[in-house]
Amino acid sequence: MARSRWYHYVIALGIMALVWEGLALYLSISAFPRLADAASAFVKNVVDGPILKHFAVSAYRATLATIISLAIGLPLGLYLGRSGGPVGAVLLYLSHPIPKVVFLPVIIVVLGIGDLSKIFLITLVIFFQILVTVKDAASGVPQGLIRSVQSLGGGEWAIYRHVILPATLPAIFTALRLSTGTAVAVLFFAETYATQLGLGSMVWDAWSMRDYGLMFAGVMAMALMGFGFYVLLDWAERLVCPWVEARR
Amino acid sequence: MVGPSGCGKTTLLSLIAGLAPVSQGVLRVAGSPVQPRRPGTALIMQDYGLLPWKTARENVALGLRIRSMDPAPADLALKEVGIAELANRWPHQLSGGQRQRVAIARSLALSPDLLLMDEPFSALDALTREEMQDLLLSIWRKRQTSLVLVTHSITEAVYLGQQIIVLSPRPGRIIGHFQNGAVGDRRSPAFFGLVNEVRDALEKGVSSGG
Repeated sequence: MARSRWYHYVIALGIMALVWEGLALYLSISAFPRLADAASAFVKNVVDGPILKHFAVSAYRATLATIISLAIGLPLGLYLGRSGGPVGAVLLYLSHPIPKVVFLPVIIVVLGIGDLSKIFLITLVIFFQILVTVKDAASGVPQGLIRSVQSLGGGEWAIYRHVILPATLPAIFTALRLSTGTAVAVLFFAETYATQLGLGSMVWDAWSMRDYGLMFAGVMAMALMGFGFYVLLDWAERLVCPWVEARR
Repeated sequence: MVGPSGCGKTTLLSLIAGLAPVSQGVLRVAGSPVQPRRPGTALIMQDYGLLPWKTARENVALGLRIRSMDPAPADLALKEVGIAELANRWPHQLSGGQRQRVAIARSLALSPDLLLMDEPFSALDALTREEMQDLLLSIWRKRQTSLVLVTHSITEAVYLGQQIIVLSPRPGRIIGHFQNGAVGDRRSPAFFGLVNEVRDALEKGVSSGG
């Protein structure tokens, strides 16, 4: 992706605003407020409302889940991609498509209804996305590069360190970008039970009180959170994968 | 070592480098059976084997780092092959000849006593190829390193090789072995004479059906 400039954001926001207004005018129902109403509700609830508090809790849950998923999924994916046999691959392709959210009752019984179960649920979903992407990328590393490192005297550790991991890094960032959207979606689901905190719960409460301004302010906050993750990931990728940047 | 494609030249280099197991017989390097990751052996692969995520300097220092050695010789090696000023470039920012120089520098940094090269110059244009051949000869004369070079170019074999071994088509067998007094000379009658002899040996191997 080419580096974005400020006016790219302005143009993109303009398009979104147009679509929003068009849809609001067309539907003209209270459940879909005009942009100005939603925006003023957003500003009001950021300044002296609960949005920042909910935002912080949600961001904490999503971030922690992502970090845990990466911490386990990355080394496991690298290993499965390089050394994992067909059993590992089949196991992964069988377990990946299982809808993880249906395990919510089990998760609640085992981990309780607090933060732990919510973070675990998000982790469970995005862990597999990261694992599958990393594994596929790690198994696709050109054999010539591995032999090249072997010919320099490198053993298994050197191959992981100098070939498999760096070759997989761009795919890891792709996996993280994909999992950002998923994390926010699962977050919304996970925050519908047994919590007063988090953007998801705020949106649900606003919905049940028919406070559509607040509801859409929450949607905006969730979108902003996802956007923040993307910006952070782009920055991190430039830092960690300078050779990719140089090729653009 | 010169022979047609597919005769097993690359496999032979892999065996000498200890990257592939020997299935029959014994292969000795410097008197002892070949072992995986022999420290004195360096292999330069056909596509150079440079890691795209490492700069020229990091690529050259890689062998030293893997062996937990001081990476200082990397800069000297880059200077020796004449690309010290390109040390911070990524491989994709280098030309074919420059990448080849990085690959050579990466091997030289390890001060090998045996340098294996797999069709090192086949992807280069004619002028760059001759330039690289001359660079290789000057390094070889200065360092007195044993050099095993595989090629399918007869003139390259005769220009570079003290000993020229001709391989038959698959399954590769030695069908010619020449001593060469004309190393580093592209114009002498001795050069052209030997080129013709090697060509005859090669063509006989191909026509006898291999």
